[in-house]
Amino acid sequence: MNRRLIINIAKALMFARWKQTLVAAIGVVFSITMFVTLLSFMNGLNDLLDSLILNRTPHIRLYNEIKPTKNQPINKDIAFKKGHNFIQSVKPNGGRLEIYNNASILKTLQNDSRVLGVAPKIAAQVFYNVGAIDLTGVINGIDVNAENKLFNFSEYVVTGNYIDIKNIPNSIILGKAAAEKMLAEIGDVIQVTTAKGDRMQLKVVGYFQSGLQDIDKVQSYCSISTTQKLLGKTNNYITDLNIKLYHIENAPEIAKEYSKIFNVDAVDIQTANSQFETGNHIRGLISYAVGITLLIVAGFGIYNILNMMIFEKMDSIAILKATGFSGKEVKYVFIVIALSIGIFGGLFGIIFGFSLSYLIDNLPFNTAAIPTITTFPINYDPKFYLIGTSFSIITTYFAGYFPAKKASKVDPVIIIRGK
Amino acid sequence: MNKIVLESRSICKSFHDPITIQVLNEINFSINRGEFVSVIGKSGCGKSTLLYILSTMDTDYEGDLLIDGESMVRKKEIALAKVRNEKIGFVFQFHYLLNEFSVLKNVMLPGLKLGKYSAKEVEYRAMEKLKLLGIEKEALKLPNQLSGGQKQRVAIARALINDPLIIMGDEPTGNLDKKNSQIVFDVFKELAIECNQTLLIVTHDGEFAQKSDRIIEMEDGRIIRQ
Ligand SMILES: Nc1ncnc2c1ncn2[C@@H]1O[C@H](COP(=O)(O)OP(=O)(O)OP(=O)(O)O)[C@@H](O)[C@H]1O
Ligand SMILES: [Mg+2]
Repeated sequence: MNRRLIINIAKALMFARWKQTLVAAIGVVFSITMFVTLLSFMNGLNDLLDSLILNRTPHIRLYNEIKPTKNQPINKDIAFKKGHNFIQSVKPNGGRLEIYNNASILKTLQNDSRVLGVAPKIAAQVFYNVGAIDLTGVINGIDVNAENKLFNFSEYVVTGNYIDIKNIPNSIILGKAAAEKMLAEIGDVIQVTTAKGDRMQLKVVGYFQSGLQDIDKVQSYCSISTTQKLLGKTNNYITDLNIKLYHIENAPEIAKEYSKIFNVDAVDIQTANSQFETGNHIRGLISYAVGITLLIVAGFGIYNILNMMIFEKMDSIAILKATGFSGKEVKYVFIVIALSIGIFGGLFGIIFGFSLSYLIDNLPFNTAAIPTITTFPINYDPKFYLIGTSFSIITTYFAGYFPAKKASKVDPVIIIRGK
Repeated sequence: MNKIVLESRSICKSFHDPITIQVLNEINFSINRGEFVSVIGKSGCGKSTLLYILSTMDTDYEGDLLIDGESMVRKKEIALAKVRNEKIGFVFQFHYLLNEFSVLKNVMLPGLKLGKYSAKEVEYRAMEKLKLLGIEKEALKLPNQLSGGQKQRVAIARALINDPLIIMGDEPTGNLDKKNSQIVFDVFKELAIECNQTLLIVTHDGEFAQKSDRIIEMEDGRIIRQ
């Protein structure tokens, strides 16, 4: 088969109808541009939301949940072993949130080669006393250095210096929304009451803003020792161990392992944020669906134009066949036309797609909720460009295949007799 | 040396739409190399139908067709296309030139398809054919810039490009006036005498036919005189 000749004929047919060809190509360019931009933008958004949650969320959290023991005493009694025991109104006993023996657990974890780091934490339920009103809140007692290293604590402290809660005794970094409610300025002293009724004065040294309003309304941060003092506990009292791993995907497995070894509750990030994954998944699905729909529409455009071209070029097809071109070669001519539209359209599509993404990437996007973001987020994953071009080639191939098949079936006798 | 280039062995053909009618009935004849044969007959007697079969474009018939001693029955579509490309040149009543290509390129296309010569050589040969037909000056024009007679001569040049075994024409002068018909006829005659080209031309023009070597006369799908 004479490839160059076929390409030459295809080229001549295309240029003879360059306006239609251009329109078809623009359809492809447009859809690939939108496809690439949409996916880049959607994934950029996903990444942003991910980082919003994931940067702040431990891969594994070890804690003690207050719950009734599974092994109720009656089940241990030999006399009642045979039957099935129905127990009603089971209550947890004086549960303790504390992780026992946390110092040695911490040591073990720090020596585990899969673990990036561990940040101990105490969560304390408190009331912020504002005049006559009490606002509920949670004070997180943290190891400031570990928290900063693993969860970028300093990035979220919008006013004040984060390290102050470690250096200044009895100090607190308030959630921004909570501080606004309390009208607490930096340097003010606020009073909190614990669930047990103990009171303590704390000095405000900074504001904290996570970007999630619900969190900023309740959460505040103190050092571990301040929190232990507030709760009246000894200096080995810890309620949570937040672990960050080198490989996040191992979290569920390792969580199970730790839960067994240390006899504590362990929750992994995938389980804790499954609804979040679903959201990402759906957003991805929608952008693919829209992109592919655009491409299919462009495909119909190509199909139409090729059909018209074949209808117009019946005579040419007939004479090509009469002078010795086989049906297959005629088919290739039209497939070459379709594929060139696909390839060039795809190529320009990804160029424009990249430019448009780049433009969006530089558009200012300021939101009070996320102080670290200044422009719209874009994910430049080469995967999108690859999928875009492959799809444009595949759709144009199929859009061209059926008209081309029709052209190959043209019977020259019918055309020539018709004249 | 009377070598047979084309032989029709009891070719029959019927159309079934709307009713079955037999348009060709036991067509038997052969053409020797270098012969200039014309086919005449009343309108509707089956001349075109026969020519489409002989040219291998129509494969729906009974009987046998031999071109260059080879049977065309049961050959595949691709093989038949090759035979048309190599061995048969066509001239139709309508010129069927491709308007996207220059005159020269139109003549070259079947030659490029054959692939026997390089593109340069094909171009040279195409130029030669155009010279032979006296239209080398029009080589770079587009077909729609030519007169009817010129277009038909380009079509003949295209038919000649691969030095075919036989040239078939279906009323090639049908669309032309007296003067242009004469030119086209002279071209055929010259090809027959000087290049020993085999020709099979369907015509309505009695005068044209009289000047050829041999006349096949048809009536109602049969040959009545040859
Ligand atoms: N596709 C078809 N379906 C049915 N009948 C057909 C078809 N094509 C041709 N015929 C019939 O076959 C017969 C022969 O037609 P053909 O075109 O071969 O005649 P012709 O000798 O070339 O006539 P003319 O000199 O007018 O060109 C005619 O009676 C015509 O009506
Ligand atoms: Mg006819």
